[in-house]
Amino acid sequence: MNRVWWAQFENLFVKNDPRPVNVNPSDLMSFAWPLAALASITHRIAGVILFVGIAFGLYALDLSLSSAAGFDVLKGLMNSPFGMFVTWGLLSALAYHFVAGIKHLLLDMEIADTIEGSKFAARVTFLVSAVLIFLAGIWVIQG
Amino acid sequence: MVTQVTSFSRNGLSDFIVQRVTAYILAAYTVFLVGYLLFQGEMAYADWQMLFSHTWMQIFTMLALVSTCAHAWIGMWTIGTDYIREHYFGQNANGYRLIYQVICILTLASYLFWGVKILWGN
Repeated sequence: MNRVWWAQFENLFVKNDPRPVNVNPSDLMSFAWPLAALASITHRIAGVILFVGIAFGLYALDLSLSSAAGFDVLKGLMNSPFGMFVTWGLLSALAYHFVAGIKHLLLDMEIADTIEGSKFAARVTFLVSAVLIFLAGIWVIQG
Repeated sequence: MVTQVTSFSRNGLSDFIVQRVTAYILAAYTVFLVGYLLFQGEMAYADWQMLFSHTWMQIFTMLALVSTCAHAWIGMWTIGTDYIREHYFGQNANGYRLIYQVICILTLASYLFWGVKILWGN
């Protein structure tokens, strides 16, 4: 009985507490990746792509509004294979981030916030964005 | 309440709301611009120039750009505080995260000023 009263909390201060707090990147592949988790990390990755992609968007807007000649230069760039690929890639990131974002806004309204609901919503997110990405490809190729 | 000096508003609830409001603005701008491009068909310089000469379109575009900066900052901040930690990056993690955050802010501020110049500088 000579232990002090707070001894019951001492494991909170032990350094080698075995409770899992952090995840190592090397553990990632050993996880189960439910569809909702994949939808979430993809939303994040698409967001980072867009963060960089804004530079391309502003460059395009700058060129397109600079003069009629600049407008034609941009049209030429966007019709080159590399330009098409970049445009399609950024539209794809935008499409996915948009659809997954709508899912988030619906969650705020308590729509699809159950386990079953989130599975369904993740499936719809991937399906709808896949369709949009396909259509974006056609749009880009047709000019 | 935990206050984070580097979060957008130093307040998680406010960040949450800013992230939502900017999301609605960006969604509206995206739908408008994609819709315009789709229905316009073959685009001529004069049409494009005309669209961006309207005051409402310049304001709408600036709203979207300011929303982009706030939205991207909150997103990039969240990613930085999630991953750039001592557990993954060792003792210097706080320094790395500060550098990462400064790069994000400078990039977004540059985007904002670039956008202002495009819309009103020419």
